[in-house]
Amino acid sequence: MPVKELDVGLDEYKYGFRDPEKYVYKAKKGLSRKTVEEISWMKQEPDWMRKLRFKSLDIFEKKPLPTWGGDLTQLDFQDIYYYIKPAEKQGKTWDEVPEDIKKTFERLGIPEAERKFLAGVGAQYESEVVYHSLKKELEEKGVIFLDTDSALRKHPDLFKEYFGTVIPPADNKMAALNSAVWSGGSFIYIPAGVKVDMPLQAYFRINAERMGQFERTLIIAEEDSQVHYVEGCTAPIYDADSLHSAVVEIIVRPGARVRYTTIQNWSNNVYNLVTKRAAAYEGATMEWIDGNLGSKLTMKYPSVYLMGPKARAEILSIAFAGRNQYQDAGGKVIHGAPETSSTITSKSISKDGGRTAYRGLVKVYKGAGNIKSTVRCDALILDGESRSDTYPYMEIDEENVNIGHEATVSKIGEEQLFYLMSRGLSEQEAAIMIVNGFIEPLVKELPMEYAVEMNRLIELQMEGSVG
Amino acid sequence: MNPILEIKDLYVSIDGKQILKGINVEIGPGEVHALMGRNGSGKSTLAYALMGHPKYVVDEGRIFFRGENLLELSPDQRARKGLFLAFQYPMAVPGVSVANFLRTAVNAVNGDGGEKKSIPVSRFRKELKENMNLLKIEPSFAKRYLNDGFSGGEKKRMEVLQLAMVKPALAILDEADSGLDIDALKIVSESINRVMDGEMGTLIITHYQRILNYINPNFVHVMADGRIVASGGPELARKLETQGYEWLEGEGVSADAG
Repeated sequence: MPVKELDVGLDEYKYGFRDPEKYVYKAKKGLSRKTVEEISWMKQEPDWMRKLRFKSLDIFEKKPLPTWGGDLTQLDFQDIYYYIKPAEKQGKTWDEVPEDIKKTFERLGIPEAERKFLAGVGAQYESEVVYHSLKKELEEKGVIFLDTDSALRKHPDLFKEYFGTVIPPADNKMAALNSAVWSGGSFIYIPAGVKVDMPLQAYFRINAERMGQFERTLIIAEEDSQVHYVEGCTAPIYDADSLHSAVVEIIVRPGARVRYTTIQNWSNNVYNLVTKRAAAYEGATMEWIDGNLGSKLTMKYPSVYLMGPKARAEILSIAFAGRNQYQDAGGKVIHGAPETSSTITSKSISKDGGRTAYRGLVKVYKGAGNIKSTVRCDALILDGESRSDTYPYMEIDEENVNIGHEATVSKIGEEQLFYLMSRGLSEQEAAIMIVNGFIEPLVKELPMEYAVEMNRLIELQMEGSVG
Repeated sequence: MNPILEIKDLYVSIDGKQILKGINVEIGPGEVHALMGRNGSGKSTLAYALMGHPKYVVDEGRIFFRGENLLELSPDQRARKGLFLAFQYPMAVPGVSVANFLRTAVNAVNGDGGEKKSIPVSRFRKELKENMNLLKIEPSFAKRYLNDGFSGGEKKRMEVLQLAMVKPALAILDEADSGLDIDALKIVSESINRVMDGEMGTLIITHYQRILNYINPNFVHVMADGRIVASGGPELARKLETQGYEWLEGEGVSADAG
């Protein structure tokens, strides 16, 4: 009793709707020095940033495409729009946001979530952040939560001190591309000792066909501060491919704690190639919770550099690959100081010919003794056409380490389905129950609202066309 | 009274190999039938075939459940009609709590799955607590993942707990006693007896007579090589206990059940 056509047709991707294009500015298609020049000019940037962009473009052009992971040869970098400005100015209230765009974010439930449980919201549409808010009491405590372009204008020194320090443009080809054409994203600064109880959320929406979205996020958590940042993303369905290539840099100062949660739900025509990295100092904690449900191809390995004693990293990765989807995800932890600890937990589900891979690295530098690391990856394969692979890399240059690695691959068993069906659940309900159970250990780590959202998205992915 | 379950001349094969070779059984409301036999005689095959496991192919014969043709229904439809199978080897479903699972199952079977008819949470909780008490299952089990890391005995209690919660029209208990010590057996039997106290028909599949000391069958059938070779009253089970299965061999006695 293999899971029969529990197919999600394209029309069932709930966020696949699109708005008419009424943009303030749309750059010509393709990537060139002129494109970069134009973006920088539109943003009226300081000279150092313009130069950094050009330098990054050179690096991008020189670096070859990665030959591992997913196939990028079909991705035509000249067939992408690199910059679209959707609105004249950023709204401080939703009423200041253009009507179509506001409606889109309403359909995505953002204003409602903001009212209910968020401390601040950024909403990016194409290349620019069209709405931004932060609760007043946080502003008064010195918390900065801005779109990255505004941060460059308003806090130039702070910005320059950290930008590109965790992920330099030369880090990899896609990081170079982002550094050349970045636009939007979140800039967060949490002063020492400030604990932000409610999450800050950013939502990224692509609307245009062949769009490239290159947001750039920078989070600085000073000593003993705490913040939870959440990002969500969706796009309409087009025949042509879109590209999302973000860079996220995080600095977690001693004793601070940052949690970064992603619920990625791009439509199945989006290449999602993202570099995410945090540097965690003494006694600091960095947590990545990375949920990848959508996209055509995702290559994303959130990483943590443990730079001070007793720093801690936790990476939870959930991936779901359906028809024509490849989720190449995982995490990296670099132990660069003694007594640091890390946990990587990955759960992947593949279905209808979809493919998932766990790709991860644990690296321990010499001198980083007395460290502890646990890697656990579980794959669930729902049918005979689907596939899952595991690529765990370990580079250990220190003897005094405690490292555990466990991997399991399971297929949804006929017996398991039969057992649940004998209790009155339909085959589809049974499969959903097994899948939700499979990801439960990770989902329970999410705040309630996101846990509900995650379960709902998984159910949508699992639902058949028969009502 | 009309039987709940009628099995007529049933032939079943697995992977092309015929296991059941002409089974006839009728079970009426409130009746308890014991199906005994050695390992490999086809007892569990009958259980799976009744529940509709896709690997168990019905070659010939008919099964009626409350007058309806059971063979046309999927396992979940059979469950919703009121058929229940307590598994010999229940499956673990990691990440799904016992409480969540039971509620889903109870609503699927008794609430017809729809939102409207689902049983109220308060009533569900009360019943769950009562039944867990009776089965001496720790309250913490409600939060544990279904059968995940459970001992053999814990799994058996969990099957009986499901039975007690679902309250089917007909229950098949496949080796419900295997792996239970004598105290656990008493507890489990008590719960089964309590559920049976009414109109429910029961088919107890067992290798040993032991459980029948606690649950009194009205009828006993003995199976060998895919056939029922002897049928009778409770005394038949006692005879098997003292004389073993050997005396039946070669006899080919086939008596009508019920």
